[in-house]
Amino acid sequence: MAKVSDINVNGADAAVDAEGERTLLSVLRDDLHLTGTKYGCGEGRCGACTILLDGSPTRSCQVAVGSVGRRKVVTIEGLEQEGQLHPLQQAFLDHDAFQCAYCTSGMIMSGVALLRKRKNPSEAEIVRFMDGNICRCGTYQRIIAAIKQAASKPEASR
Amino acid sequence: MNAAEEPVIEAERYELFERPHYRFQVDRREFFKQLGCGLVVLCVTAPALAQESGGPRRRGGRGPQLPSQIDAWLHIGEDGAITVFTGKAEVGQNIRTSLTQAIAEELRAPIASIKMVMADTQLVPFDMGTFGSQTTPQMASRLHRIGAAAREALLDLAADHFKADRATLIIADGKVSKTGGAESVTFGELTKGQKLVKSAEHEGSVTPAADWKIAGTSVPKVDARDFVTGRHKYSSDMAMPGMLHGCVLRPTAFRASLDSVDTKAAEAMPGVKIVRDGDFIGVTAPDALTAEHAVESINARWNAPSQVSSSDLFDHLRKSAGAANGRGGGEDTGSIEEGMKAASRQLQATYNIAYIAHTPLEPRAAVASWENGRLTVWTGSQRPFGVRSELADAFGIPQENIHVIVPDTGAGYGGKHTGEAAVEAARLAKAAGQPVKLVWTRQEEFTWAYFRPAGVIDIHAGVRDDGAITAWECHNYNSGGSGLRSPYDIPHQRSQAHGSDSPLRQGSYRALAATANHFARESHMDDLAAAVKMDPLEFRLKNLKDPRLRAVLQAATDTFGWKTAKPRETHGIGLAAGTEKGSYLATCVEVLADKESGSVKVIRAVSAFDCGAVVNPNHLKNQVEGALVMGLGGALFEAIEFENGMVTNPHLSEYRVPRFSDLPRIEVVLMDRKDVASAGAGETPIVCVAPAIGNAIFNAAGVRLRSMPMVPDGLKI
Repeated sequence: MAKVSDINVNGADAAVDAEGERTLLSVLRDDLHLTGTKYGCGEGRCGACTILLDGSPTRSCQVAVGSVGRRKVVTIEGLEQEGQLHPLQQAFLDHDAFQCAYCTSGMIMSGVALLRKRKNPSEAEIVRFMDGNICRCGTYQRIIAAIKQAASKPEASR
Repeated sequence: MNAAEEPVIEAERYELFERPHYRFQVDRREFFKQLGCGLVVLCVTAPALAQESGGPRRRGGRGPQLPSQIDAWLHIGEDGAITVFTGKAEVGQNIRTSLTQAIAEELRAPIASIKMVMADTQLVPFDMGTFGSQTTPQMASRLHRIGAAAREALLDLAADHFKADRATLIIADGKVSKTGGAESVTFGELTKGQKLVKSAEHEGSVTPAADWKIAGTSVPKVDARDFVTGRHKYSSDMAMPGMLHGCVLRPTAFRASLDSVDTKAAEAMPGVKIVRDGDFIGVTAPDALTAEHAVESINARWNAPSQVSSSDLFDHLRKSAGAANGRGGGEDTGSIEEGMKAASRQLQATYNIAYIAHTPLEPRAAVASWENGRLTVWTGSQRPFGVRSELADAFGIPQENIHVIVPDTGAGYGGKHTGEAAVEAARLAKAAGQPVKLVWTRQEEFTWAYFRPAGVIDIHAGVRDDGAITAWECHNYNSGGSGLRSPYDIPHQRSQAHGSDSPLRQGSYRALAATANHFARESHMDDLAAAVKMDPLEFRLKNLKDPRLRAVLQAATDTFGWKTAKPRETHGIGLAAGTEKGSYLATCVEVLADKESGSVKVIRAVSAFDCGAVVNPNHLKNQVEGALVMGLGGALFEAIEFENGMVTNPHLSEYRVPRFSDLPRIEVVLMDRKDVASAGAGETPIVCVAPAIGNAIFNAAGVRLRSMPMVPDGLKI
C-alpha cells in the first residue's frame, strides 16, 4: 500500500508520513499524538478505538490509514468546541458514567454517532447500537442514562 | 526473563503482609527542598510486627528497634496549595476522589484546592499496593488523621496570627477567621516562611462520620473532564522523544524453553533491532507495525512439556490437591460426625469453577527509559513498588535507581499486581539505548497475564426437618480460602482450603475465591432450603444471627419484593448473601431461563450493601453496579479454555464479556452505617451475583447448575 502524507482529522488536514497498511488507530495515536482513541483488542470487538469516519462510527484498529483518503476523521479530541463540551461529554460527567474510563472515548464517539442518527433513541435502540462497545467496569446503566440525557438537548446531534 | 520461570503467584498473595523492603528516610530538609516552605504532616504508623507484638503504644514514639513507617504525607505550601502523597494507585475505583474527600473533610477546604500525588515511587512513601479493599479502611483513615493534624497546626498558626484564643477561630472554605470578625487568613498566609513538620500518629481530632460534610457525599470524579475529552494519559499514551516501539516473541506454550531461533529476516528490516537474553527474544522498531512484522518473521523452535488441558482440569485439581493449607476456613467447630448424626437429611455436591481472565480494557503497557544507569518506567499497575522490586531483581540494580510512575490506569480488578510489560520494555530499552514503548496485545493479555484461579469445591451438609443446619463440611481445592467460612450459625463446621497444582499462572482477582466459595455455599443453601421445603429467605434467616447480614438480606428482599414476586413463566428469582472483607452483601435477581430456547438473561438485580460509613454514595453505587455486571460474566459465560499449555480462546471474539445487551435493571441499596468504620467496597459486591443467578435458574427451570460459568452455551437440559 502506498504511503500516506495527509489525513483530515478534527476539521483540519494533518501531515503524516505513514505506510498505508498501518492502522488509522496507530497513526492517530503514535504519529499525531491523538491518544484519546484507545487500543483495546485490535479486532474491532471492544469499541475503545471508535472514531467517526465521515460521520459513521468506525473501529480505527480495523482501518488501514491508506484507505482513509479524503474522508473526514473525528476523534474524541475533536468533540469539544470552543471550550464547550459536547452534550454527551457533559452527560457522562453528570452521570459519572465511567470508572477507569479507558472505554469512555469510544463510548462517547459511538454515542455521538447514535445521537446524530436518532434524535430520541429508545433504550432498546441504545443497547443495540452500543453493544459493540465494552465497559469492563460495568457502567452500562450509567452510559445509557447519559445518552438519554444528551438526547434531550437540541445540540446533541452536532 | 522467561515468563515461565517467574515464581508462581499465590492466589491469595494479596492477603499476605510482606514487610516493606524500603523505608523513606525522614529528613526535614529534604521535604522543604523538594516542596518549598510550608507545613508538612506525616502519617507515621508502627510496622505490622510492632502492632502484633502487643503492649501499650507509647505516645510520641516507640522503641528504637522498631523504626516507624511513613504511609502518607501532606504539604501545604506558601501559596496555599495542598498536596497529598500516597502510594495507592487509581485503577477506576475512584480513590483519587475518595482520598481527596478525606483531606477536604478534615481541612475544611474545597476539593479543587487539593492535589493527590499517587503511585510514583520517587515522590510517595512506600506502599505495598492497591488491593484487598484496603485503601478505604487504611489509607483513607490515615489521611483523615493527617488532615486533622494539619487543621490543628493551622489553627495554632492562626491563633498566633490573630493573637487570639484558638477556641474563637473558625476554619472553613480553606481559610481561618475569627468568630464574628470579617478578617480571614488563607492557609498560604499561615504557612508562609514556615518549615513545620507534624506527625499524625493518633486519631486526634478526626471528624466522626456522623459529622462529615464532604466525605460521605457524592463528589464527582475529581479529574473526570480529562477522561471525557481524551486528555488523560494512561501509560500506553505516554511518548518520549526518540521513543521506539517494542514487541516480544512469545513461546508456543507455557513452560517452554527455546530450542533454536533464526532472526535473519527480522535483522534485515530497516530500523529493527533484535534483543536476545536467554529465552527472551524481543525487537524494537520505529513503529509498532514494523516491530510486529519483525517478530512474525522470527523462526523459533520451542520445547515444551506436555500439559493439562481444560477438559481434564477439575480432575487434575482434585488429584494434585495437598493437605489443608489453613487459609480462610477458620477453626473447626464441634464434630462433623455428630452434626451429620443430628441431621434429618444430608446433601453432598461438588462445584467447579473455571479460570477466568480479568480483561482490563487497557492491556499491560509500559514506556521505559534509561539514563546513566537509572531507569524510569511508566506502567499501569496496582503495585508500583512491587514493579520496582521486579525491575531491581531483573536488572540487578538498586531500587533507588528505579523510578516507577503509575498514571491512573485502565483498570486492574486484581489483575495488575505484576510488572511484566515494565520489565520487558526496560530490557528492550536497555538494548536499544533509547526509550521503548511496549503495549501488550489483547491476545498477550489473555495468554501471558495471570488468571483467577480455577477450583473444585466439595460441600457436605446436614439439616434437620425444622430447617436448622446441623453440620457443614466444605473443601476448596485450588481456588482459595476467601469467603470460605460460612457466616451461618452451624454448630458443627469444617471449612478447608487446599492448594493444587495449577496448570495456568493464577493470581489475585476482585474478591479472590470469595466468589467461588459464595457460589458453592449459597447454591448449597438453596438446595437445603428446597430439601426441607422452606423459602430460601426464611431458611437463611433461621440459620443466621449476624445482625448486619440479616439487615442486608432484609433490605435487598424488601426492595426486590421477594415475598410478593410472582415471576412470569420461564422466569425465576434467586437470592444470595454473604460477608467478606468487613462488608455485607445480599443480592436478589430475576432471571429469564427458557428451557425451550436455552436462553438465559438476568432481567433485574437488587443488591443491598453495608460497608460501614459510606464515603461517596454515587461512586459506591457505581462500584456495586459494576461488580454485578462483571460478576454475571463469570457466572454465566466467561471461561479460559486451554490445551496442552496454550490458551485457545485468547480474543474478545472467543472470550465473551458482559455487554450492554447483558445488562439487567440494577437497583442498589446502601445501608450507610455512620456508626461503623468504612470498609473497602470495590470487591465484595461481586460475590453474590453468581449464586443468586444460579438459584434463580433453579427457581425458573428446576435445574441446579454447579459449574461456573453456568451456561457458556446456553441452558442445556
